[in-house]
Amino acid sequence: MSFAVSMLVFLGIASIIGTILKQNEPYENYIIKFGQFWFGFFEKIGLYDVYHSIWFLTILLFLVLSTTLCIIKNTPTILKDFLVFKDSLEEKSLLSFSHHLVIKNKKSVNTSKILYYLKEAKFKIKEKSKENGDVLIIAKKGNYQRLGYILTHIGVVVICLGGLLDGNLIFKAQEIFGYKKIETLDLPASKVPEVSRLGISNTSFRANMTLAEGSSDNVAFVRMKDGYLVQDLPFKITLKDFRINHYSTGMPKSFESDLIISDPELSQDITKTISVNHPFTYKGIAIYQSDFQDGGTRLNIKLRSLLNPGNSQKIEGKIFDKVKLDKDQITYEFNDFKKFNVLHLKEGEKEKPRNVGPSVTYKVRNNAGQAREYLTYQYAMPIDGRSFFISGMRETPQEEFKYLKIPADAKGSIEEFMLFKDALQNKTLIEAVAKKMANQSASEDKNNEVKESFEKSVIKLMILFAQGGFSKIAENVDKNIPDNEKQKAVQTYLKIIDIASSEIYKDRLNLPNKELNQSRIIFIQDALNAYSDMFFYGVPYYFELISYEQKEASGLQLTKSPGQFWVYLGSLSLVLGIFSMIYLHERKLWLLIKAKGGVILALSSNRKNIDFENDFRKLIQEIKKIIH
Amino acid sequence: MFNKLFKSSKATFQTFNVLYLVLLLGGALYALKKFHNYMDIYEEVILFGSVGFFSWLGWSWNHFKKIMILVFVTSLFAIQLYQGALNNNEQVFLLKYLISSQSAIMWMNVFFVLSLLLYWLGLLKENNLIDDIASSFTSVAVLFGFIGLLVRWYESYLIGLDVGHIPISNLYEVFILFCLITSLLYLFYEEKFNTKKLGAFVLIVINAAVGFILWYTFDRHADGVQPLVPALQSYWMKIHVPANFIGYGSFSLAAMVSVAYLISSKKILTSYLPKSAVLDDLIYKSIAIGFIFFTIATILGAIWAAEAWGGYWSWDPKETWALIVWLNYAAWLHYRIVKGLRGSILAWWALIGLVVTTFAFLGVNMFLSGLHSYGQL
Repeated sequence: MSFAVSMLVFLGIASIIGTILKQNEPYENYIIKFGQFWFGFFEKIGLYDVYHSIWFLTILLFLVLSTTLCIIKNTPTILKDFLVFKDSLEEKSLLSFSHHLVIKNKKSVNTSKILYYLKEAKFKIKEKSKENGDVLIIAKKGNYQRLGYILTHIGVVVICLGGLLDGNLIFKAQEIFGYKKIETLDLPASKVPEVSRLGISNTSFRANMTLAEGSSDNVAFVRMKDGYLVQDLPFKITLKDFRINHYSTGMPKSFESDLIISDPELSQDITKTISVNHPFTYKGIAIYQSDFQDGGTRLNIKLRSLLNPGNSQKIEGKIFDKVKLDKDQITYEFNDFKKFNVLHLKEGEKEKPRNVGPSVTYKVRNNAGQAREYLTYQYAMPIDGRSFFISGMRETPQEEFKYLKIPADAKGSIEEFMLFKDALQNKTLIEAVAKKMANQSASEDKNNEVKESFEKSVIKLMILFAQGGFSKIAENVDKNIPDNEKQKAVQTYLKIIDIASSEIYKDRLNLPNKELNQSRIIFIQDALNAYSDMFFYGVPYYFELISYEQKEASGLQLTKSPGQFWVYLGSLSLVLGIFSMIYLHERKLWLLIKAKGGVILALSSNRKNIDFENDFRKLIQEIKKIIH
Repeated sequence: MFNKLFKSSKATFQTFNVLYLVLLLGGALYALKKFHNYMDIYEEVILFGSVGFFSWLGWSWNHFKKIMILVFVTSLFAIQLYQGALNNNEQVFLLKYLISSQSAIMWMNVFFVLSLLLYWLGLLKENNLIDDIASSFTSVAVLFGFIGLLVRWYESYLIGLDVGHIPISNLYEVFILFCLITSLLYLFYEEKFNTKKLGAFVLIVINAAVGFILWYTFDRHADGVQPLVPALQSYWMKIHVPANFIGYGSFSLAAMVSVAYLISSKKILTSYLPKSAVLDDLIYKSIAIGFIFFTIATILGAIWAAEAWGGYWSWDPKETWALIVWLNYAAWLHYRIVKGLRGSILAWWALIGLVVTTFAFLGVNMFLSGLHSYGQL
């Protein structure tokens, strides 16, 4: 018994490990997390799929065995106790019961009245007359409680066996003996060799299938360890349409797939719509809506050059495809398109999440093979009362995205920023602005030399800024200006950049000699910040999504689970068993009515608690009442 | 005074029974007639199944019946006051200050806090009158809590026909459910064992939940009705979640009585508290009822998972922790029933059981990821 209990404790601990370490992740994630050495060690002891590891299954098997042994050992006793009335007890043994009572009485006892009372109290009764004229009444009730023990234990065993039936024990054996092998290469399903395929006859599996709209397939994939297996299906599934419906808040309300199932054995195809919580079962295989992804959305993109206005260009692409820009020696790889992005823009405040529109995830890879990942939203989104175009960049998947925030103009477009950015890089314009600024400041100071040197330094400063934003200026200050003057210099430079950029902005937007209103001043500040961040963006283009033609793919899960019935049956037995064990109270009563007068009463139960004491007290009262 | 409201007298006994049945059955029939186009067969079964369940509860426990009648009447009255417009909860005086969903839940919180204070006062002063008032306050809190939930159910449909759903879908809502179920279980045993001295302990865990509700409301502003994610749109939610919380509630009750048991066995407050045999029995009964419901809830969860996620058992962290909780109490009952273990070991064990249960209920959502991510903090 203690062996079974320690197994249970072990099972509990193993289960906990499985909840703490995320199971069945791609192996690279574990390598990154643990390093090569520990990765290998943990893999050996099966920590990445605890619940299917050999040792876990062995514990389960041991539990099943020991529980079965318990059942075999105890059932005969329980059944005997259930069926038999123990009528061989003598006076002496009744007196040895902890709960007994001797009623002395001269009159003869009205046996039938006692029997009537016991019947009313739902006792099952047997009467036995002894040779000396005494009568022994044996009464029992609640003895289904004992069957509860058998039912609970059988329940546990049946559930475990059902679970094992749905586990991958057969595959494990085949793998050990070399009949089957996990495929680790990224091959099209038709090229996967027989050794990594599971036939139609496979009795139990849980496989996944991704179908783009309009496409069809008759195989599914079982992910396992660092690879997969191909599961052949006895029918073909076509995805006609995939839909996501939304609530007015933008949250998804339903995921639905319109499927066509073609079975060569049927003259007509089956059309069926499945959704979450509403699977469809055909030929013992249940088809579930499990997830969704992009199925190859077409994109129309304008790449707007950030550094050279003439270099902007239009490209067309498709999710999962690549476009190479020969001139720049970079390749765009389109990874994902999302039509809806429900974001919580203000953290912690009571604001409903809102849909900010489409986004594209893509990678830009250089000739050396290094890639940065980007996430760009199509429309400007409101942040801090202003409106920004957001584009995130990261160098490795482990990092968080760093965002480039380009301010949108009053019309919600990116044009004004692009115009301003081009103007900042326009040398002729910078010179004109510098001259103007020098003249304005010269009205107080007539010294031409000072004027010219001021003009020159404005030009130099603005060109430096155009080449690298604020960080370039900071670099320059660090290099050329003594420490004690740095702060003052920075302040002056910032002021000059401020005035010069405002002049450049006014020139481009035809607002000469006007005071700029507050929102334009903020726009210029945001634009200068965005301009400076641009140099850390890693790619010389801003990705503007012009239009798209969405194509979705539905993720289906297909399962065949013959153990399900047994698990449910076992559960039923378990519940019935627990119920009878807890809520039925077993009582055994012996009444020895002596021929010479007087009664000996004894009550027993396999559980002595408050309820038992109460029952005993009540019984004594009633019996006494009847006798006297 | 408050006590009278709930005190039974023989003359009204039959009237109440009839009124109760009429309300339950009439309500169900009316709902069926009016909404059967929106219900599937399972929901109709659940509707009439709950009529059966509540009749049985009311029949076997008079006090519950009275609370329920008051809940029904008041909730229907509140719903009338809305006149189909959600913003009436800010306009109509009675709604704004008493029986709109938010206000009723706030009153529930207030009465739970008061009950806790009064139970302790009654315990330390050995004053039965104060105990009676505390007990009545707990009943009033339960009354307000149920009104709050039922009105919230109605309010959710006023937000949008497609948004409406039974209010047991996020942490805020299930914490209210937890308070209600735990107090009902406690009130039941209070009557059965004829002792009001344990309220001081049981109300602690309820008030912890109240604290959470308040924090969730005022700090996180997470008390709003959210539409259901697709995975939760199932009739299974209506039975899986309440069954689970009967389990959680009972286990909490058992743990708090264990605290009383352990304190009493250390000769503290011993003369104030019920005998240790009574406490011991109460711990056992509470765990037993919790275990049955928790078992059923877990099995129902498996059946639901088979329908929504494609497998009855996926070793998802929540499932696994449910198994651990189950194993824990299975072992507890095994040692008590089969091996006849008694005493403070079991009390300590029941207390540790609450820690495990709390982790399964809250910790999993906070620290581990998985399929059960609805109850995210």
